[in-house]
Amino acid sequence: MWRWLHPYAKSEATFALNQKLLPWFLIPGLLLTLVGVIWGLAYAPPDYQQGESYRIIFVHVPAAIWSMGFYVSMAIAGLIALVWQIRTAEQAVLAIAPVGAVLTFISLFTGAVWGQPMWGTWWVWDARLTSQLILLFLYLGVMALYVAFEDERAGGKAASILALVGVINIPIIHYSVYWWNTLHQQSTITKVITRFESPSIAPEMLWPLVVNIFAFMGLAAALIIMRLNNELLRREIHRPWAQKILNTGDKENSDAV
Amino acid sequence: MANAARIFIQIVKRDLRVASRQRSDLLNPLIFLLIVVSLFPLGVGPGPDILARIAPGVIWVSALLSAMLGLERMFRDDFRDGALEQMMLLPVSLEVSVLAKIAVHWVMTAVPILFIAPLLALLLNLPTTAWGVLWVTLLLGTPVISAAGAIGVALTVSLNKGGALLSLLLLPLLIPLLIFATAAVEAAVSGLSATGPLALMGAFLVITITLAPFAVKAGLRVSVN
Repeated sequence: MWRWLHPYAKSEATFALNQKLLPWFLIPGLLLTLVGVIWGLAYAPPDYQQGESYRIIFVHVPAAIWSMGFYVSMAIAGLIALVWQIRTAEQAVLAIAPVGAVLTFISLFTGAVWGQPMWGTWWVWDARLTSQLILLFLYLGVMALYVAFEDERAGGKAASILALVGVINIPIIHYSVYWWNTLHQQSTITKVITRFESPSIAPEMLWPLVVNIFAFMGLAAALIIMRLNNELLRREIHRPWAQKILNTGDKENSDAV
Repeated sequence: MANAARIFIQIVKRDLRVASRQRSDLLNPLIFLLIVVSLFPLGVGPGPDILARIAPGVIWVSALLSAMLGLERMFRDDFRDGALEQMMLLPVSLEVSVLAKIAVHWVMTAVPILFIAPLLALLLNLPTTAWGVLWVTLLLGTPVISAAGAIGVALTVSLNKGGALLSLLLLPLLIPLLIFATAAVEAAVSGLSATGPLALMGAFLVITITLAPFAVKAGLRVSVN
């Protein structure tokens, strides 16, 4: 593990890896978004009960799935940062947090918009809504803690610790609110993985949804990679490798002009 | 091992002495708790039925908020006068000192709440059948607040603007505690067995007491350079 991670403690190596990975997330992400959104919004059949308004599922479910997925990945980055003292992993935590927070917010917002016609209310204190709201608070806590420190290094470490404490708490929070109150339907897709059941959704709707789930992952990962690269460059702006990248970028731009 | 126990006792004694000389720091959160609880009858109306209905939640939310007020002093003074750095240099692991500080914090802030809990229950017209369960939830839950709170304080102690940030970090983490505490009291009010939620609270207690000192240690290492 150490031997594999060790080279990426250097910002330069991480930056180079990121540049290589970026197209593999960005291009499929963009293509799948295009396909998934058009398929889902225009060609998937309307629901027999909910009519056209169910189509918000194609945004709501991917955002909700990855809001949790990226929290876990943020905590893994935090663990790496703390155990192996790798600075770039701290920066990864901070690169992930705002993207995850936005995904959480999207899932809450689309949920409210969807709940209005279906349940007749914008907001209910239901288990899944509540735990999603708490997830948003956890993301905000990580971001607020980082900004509060003047020393970026200390802020990054503190944020990593908090992300890790939060991930231990997420299953507890999830099940506590789950037992506390429930109106939201059970999951229809992730139970394929968690309970080995077949998905309870028509295949014509399932496939565009699956496409959108991967599309969101690709796009969000690409955004995170770009954020991380910007941060790496900003922190080491006076180092030769960063200067080199920034200068060549300038030259290309001036050539184009 | 004997060494660790001796240092634990020494820190407990020292902190108890320091705390007993700053009585207003201890008294203020308690008065705050009383005031917040007495605001609710003024806010929602003095009807005994409504008050009995909301009593478990009000008492627990107020206890959480008042705990947020007093938490900061767990490490703040020691951080400012350098005692915290000395504690990190002790020949025993920092977790022992942290556990001692958590224990003292609990004794100084939560035990008074346990004493006035019946008064709060009386003010809010909680049925007497649920008093015992309310008391047990506070007994099991307040050490969790102290231990989880220590993590937040350790992370924010070097910042001068810790107060609001501390609540932002801690309150989301403490939501399960609130849910199960109020569930237990409500079960007792309606004559059901409260052992389920109480057992879960006991589990939280064990988990936080055993794991929190490690997180606190990591947090203090960040705050004290």
